[in-house]
This record gives sequence, C-alpha cells and structure tokens, in this order.
Amino acid sequence: MKEENLLKTLWQGLRRNQVALGSLVFILAMAVGSALVSLLSPYSSGGFDEAHILETPSLSHWMGTDGLGRDLLTRILYGARVSLTVGVGTTGLALLMGTIYGLISGYARPQVDNLLMRIVDIFYSLPDLLVFILLSLVLGRNVMGLLISLGLVTWVRLARLTRGEVLQAKESIYVEGARAIGASGTRILLRHILPNIMGPIIVTLTFMVPVVILAESTLSFIGLGINDPYSPWGTSWGTLAQDGWRAMRTYPHVIFFPGLAIFLTILSLNFLGNAVRDILDPRGKLR
Amino acid sequence: MGRFILRRLYHGLAVLWVVATLTFILMHITPGGPFDREQRLPPQIMANLQAKYHLDKPPWHQYLLYLHGLVRGDLGPSYKYLTRTVTDIVASTLPVSALLGALALACAVIIALPTGLLAAYYKNSWVDRWCLFLATLGISLPNFILGALLIWLLSLQFGWFQAGRWGPISSMVLPTLTLGAAPAAYLSYLLRSTLIETLGEDFIRTARAKGLKEKVVLLKHALRNSINPVLTVMGPLLAALVTGSFVVEYVFAILGMGRFFITAVTDRDYPMIMGVTLVYSTLLVGANLIVDLLYSVADPRVKIR
Repeated sequence: MKEENLLKTLWQGLRRNQVALGSLVFILAMAVGSALVSLLSPYSSGGFDEAHILETPSLSHWMGTDGLGRDLLTRILYGARVSLTVGVGTTGLALLMGTIYGLISGYARPQVDNLLMRIVDIFYSLPDLLVFILLSLVLGRNVMGLLISLGLVTWVRLARLTRGEVLQAKESIYVEGARAIGASGTRILLRHILPNIMGPIIVTLTFMVPVVILAESTLSFIGLGINDPYSPWGTSWGTLAQDGWRAMRTYPHVIFFPGLAIFLTILSLNFLGNAVRDILDPRGKLR
Repeated sequence: MGRFILRRLYHGLAVLWVVATLTFILMHITPGGPFDREQRLPPQIMANLQAKYHLDKPPWHQYLLYLHGLVRGDLGPSYKYLTRTVTDIVASTLPVSALLGALALACAVIIALPTGLLAAYYKNSWVDRWCLFLATLGISLPNFILGALLIWLLSLQFGWFQAGRWGPISSMVLPTLTLGAAPAAYLSYLLRSTLIETLGEDFIRTARAKGLKEKVVLLKHALRNSINPVLTVMGPLLAALVTGSFVVEYVFAILGMGRFFITAVTDRDYPMIMGVTLVYSTLLVGANLIVDLLYSVADPRVKIR
C-alpha cells in the first residue's frame, strides 16, 4: 500500500463516519479558534479587571470570568494552543524517535536488537507520569520542556510496535524480492518496509495525542506541569481547571468550562482514533 | 518454575538498580537545590547542612553511600521533614495509597465484568452500544474533572459522602470511584473484544451443541478463556492506578504516598523523590512478576520458560 493510497483510504473511511467527522470538525474549530483568538476576542488573556470578577456566563462573557475578571472563553482558547501544541508536537517527536529506534532494532542483528529492547523494557516498567515529572524537572517546566519530556516518555510504545512490525515484514516476499535485486538495507527499510507498516503506526499515533493532552493537563492541574505565567502561549487547561477547583464551592462555572474543553477534546480525539483504527486495522490487532 | 522466578527476580533487581542510578543522575543535574531560599543561608550553616547530608562529598561517593543505604532498606533522610526519614514516611503513607489502589481496582473489575460480558453477548445491540459509549466516556474523562464533578454533585449538592481526608467508609466512596472509572472503562472494553473473539471459537459451538446452559457456556467456557489478555494489561493498569493516585490524593486531600511525592517535587526534597520513585518501581516490577506467574494458573496451556 502506497502512502497516497493510505491517506485516500483513511479519508474515504472517515467521510462515511459521522461521529468521526464531527470530532474532526470540533478539533479543527478548536485549532483555528486558538490560532485566531487575538483577532476573534475583544479580551486579552492577561490583565486584571476588578469590575468583572467571577461573573457567571452572560452575553458579553459567554463562559463567565475568572478570579481576576478575565474572560474565560478567551483564556480557554489560548489554552488550546498549549494543549494542541503539546499533543501534536510530542506525538511528532515520539514518531521520529520511536520509528527510527524500532526500525533499527527490528532490522539489526539479534544481539543489538536484544540490547535495544532491554532499554525499552526498563522504560516500560516505570509509571509514565513519574518519569515524566522527573524529566520535566531537568528540562524546564515550560511548553518546550514539557513537550520534550513527554516525547522522551512516549516514544517507547512506538519503538516496540515498529520493531514488531519490522520483524514480521522482514519475512515477507516483497522484502525478499527487494533483496534479490540487490537493494541495500537502508533502502529496503525506508522504501519497502516503512510504507507497508505505516497503518499500525498511524493508529497508535492517533491514540497517543489524547493521552499526551490528558497527561499535560493532569500535571498542570496538580501543579507539576507548565509553570510559565508570562509565556505568550497562554495558560494550560489544567491550570485553568486548578484555578476553578479552588473556587468550585461558590463559582462552579470556573472549573466547568475548562473541564468541558479538556473532556470534549479528548473525547473527539478518541472517537477519531476509534474510526482510524476501524479503517486501517479492520481485524483489530491493535489495542 | 523455580528457575523462571529466580531469573525474573534477578532481572527485576537489575531494573531497580538502573532506576536508582537514573533518578540519582537526574536529581543531580536538576538545577536548583532544596536549601535555596530567597534569603541566602549564612555560609557556615550551609556548610553544616551539606556536611550533614553528605552533599560536600563528590557525586560518586554520594552515589555509593546512597546505594549502600538502599541495600539496607534505608531510603535516606527527608530534606523537608527534618525529623523523619523517607522510609518512615513511605511506611506510614504506603498503606493508605495501597488500600485506595486496591479498592479502585476491585471497583474497576466489578464494573467491567458484567458490562463487558453483556456487551459481548449482545454484540451490536443497544446494550453493546451503550456500554461502548460509556467506556469511551470513561476513558476520555480526566480523573481530576470526574473527582471535581463527583464532589460537587454528591458531596456539595446532596451531601451524601464526605469529600476529603481518608477515614470513615463514606470518605472512601468518591476517591475509589474517581480512581476506578478509567480502568473500569478500559477493562470493560478489552473484555468485550476478547470475549467476542472467544465466542466465535469452535469449542463454544461444541459446548452449545452438547446442550450446556448459556450461563455455563458464557461464564465457564468463554470467560475462562478470555482472561489472559486481561491479565496482560494488569501491569500497565497498575501503573495507571499509581499515576491516577497522585491526582486523586491531591483532589481529595488524602495523605497518601502520591500526595507526598507531589509536595516532594515542589519542595525539591530529592531523597524523598528518589525514594518514592524506587518504591513505585519495586511495586510495578513485583506486580509484573506476579502477573506472569498467574498466566499459567489462568491458562495451563501457557508454558513458563
């Protein structure tokens, strides 16, 4: 299966699935909204407006205001930048590291493969969030630092998957054919094996995005995530929920809306993941 | 069997050694220290503090001292709680976290078994669709939001349960539900897909052809043969419970190990961070070993090598 064909199959399948299409629209709307928020919203993400503290939703503030009188919808849209950047960026990093590692491990001599997989095993026997917290202490608690720490935690899953797929593909006839006409090892890996194992990789990646977004917002909620109040990125949804958590007793809207944003985003991404899996992996090998 | 256990124990110890070394290195290259205050401490006090905690020695010496302590079960002093050692704190907080985790796991299994069975048996019916929908909801709802929602609804609005601390039974309900929801959804989903596959096997048809009751076919023949994939995810599931417990203990103000870990990170209490990391890793390594042993109990066809 060629790459264009893969994307075509994916799109044709998604077009027929209304839930997945709705989810895609929601995520795209969130992305566009967060990119254009400075044009769309009359409010800024920072500042202090003592006349409008903790207002409930109204026509001028659709989702109400927070403890410093800032418009909650605006802050949520700015927060989407953090979540989506971390989600997509981490997945990209994991794709790069995990795939390369897996390709090498799967194609290398058994001794090398064994050694490489031992390293992956060690990562596997630790709770993700724990490693992630330790790494983020070293790499800095801003968007970039978090993105890299999360990438360093999640790549192992992809490495394992890729290795397994390569081991299987190595035995197939098309690889034997390529070798028979004298293709080099790198060429076989990149031109023959990689395009053929893209399906399972894409499925795993789609499910990785919501997991990463959840991890980031969870950590920001308990105060171990992004700690960068003056960054132009905006405030993480987890931090917004944390602000709301403290005011929940009397002003539940301040936690309700950030919570809803996180929930709907993760739900859409999971629906999308389910659809992608049904299309690319109809026999249900993954997950 | 004995050799298998020995080899796995040896392997587990190697993993723990790597974890101890890696956390030690990470903690030493992290910028900022536990005694950095806004007001600088006088040099003599700083020197005394460093001497007390062996921080004046070169890193390799500190590392050897740390390993030496670990071998004797000494996780070192806490920089934050000056009168307590890390071992003390772990000993008093681990039981709370372990009980919370066990309750949540039990809750997950109790929810997942009937829903998974029903969904698989009535495949593609409305029951199945509802179970699947609920499972997707459960996986997508972050536990800090679920916790806040439960507290707001059942505690603040209705006043049914206590929403903080850990003591009477009524204070355990909400944390258990919060921590158990995502594993329940995941297990239910997994059980459904495995059962559907098993129900399509020949021996199920044979069992039905013999005239066995549907109940027996489902519970004895199908369920028994669908347990292994569920056991496989027990390791990752326990890891998820550990990370979940950080959040749940935070939200419900429970003084468990996760709660102490979070404060240790913000306080830069390095021995505490390393100690708790090691305890969690030990738990997971142990759990994975037990799961591997259970494979052959659940399915005698699996040969242990």
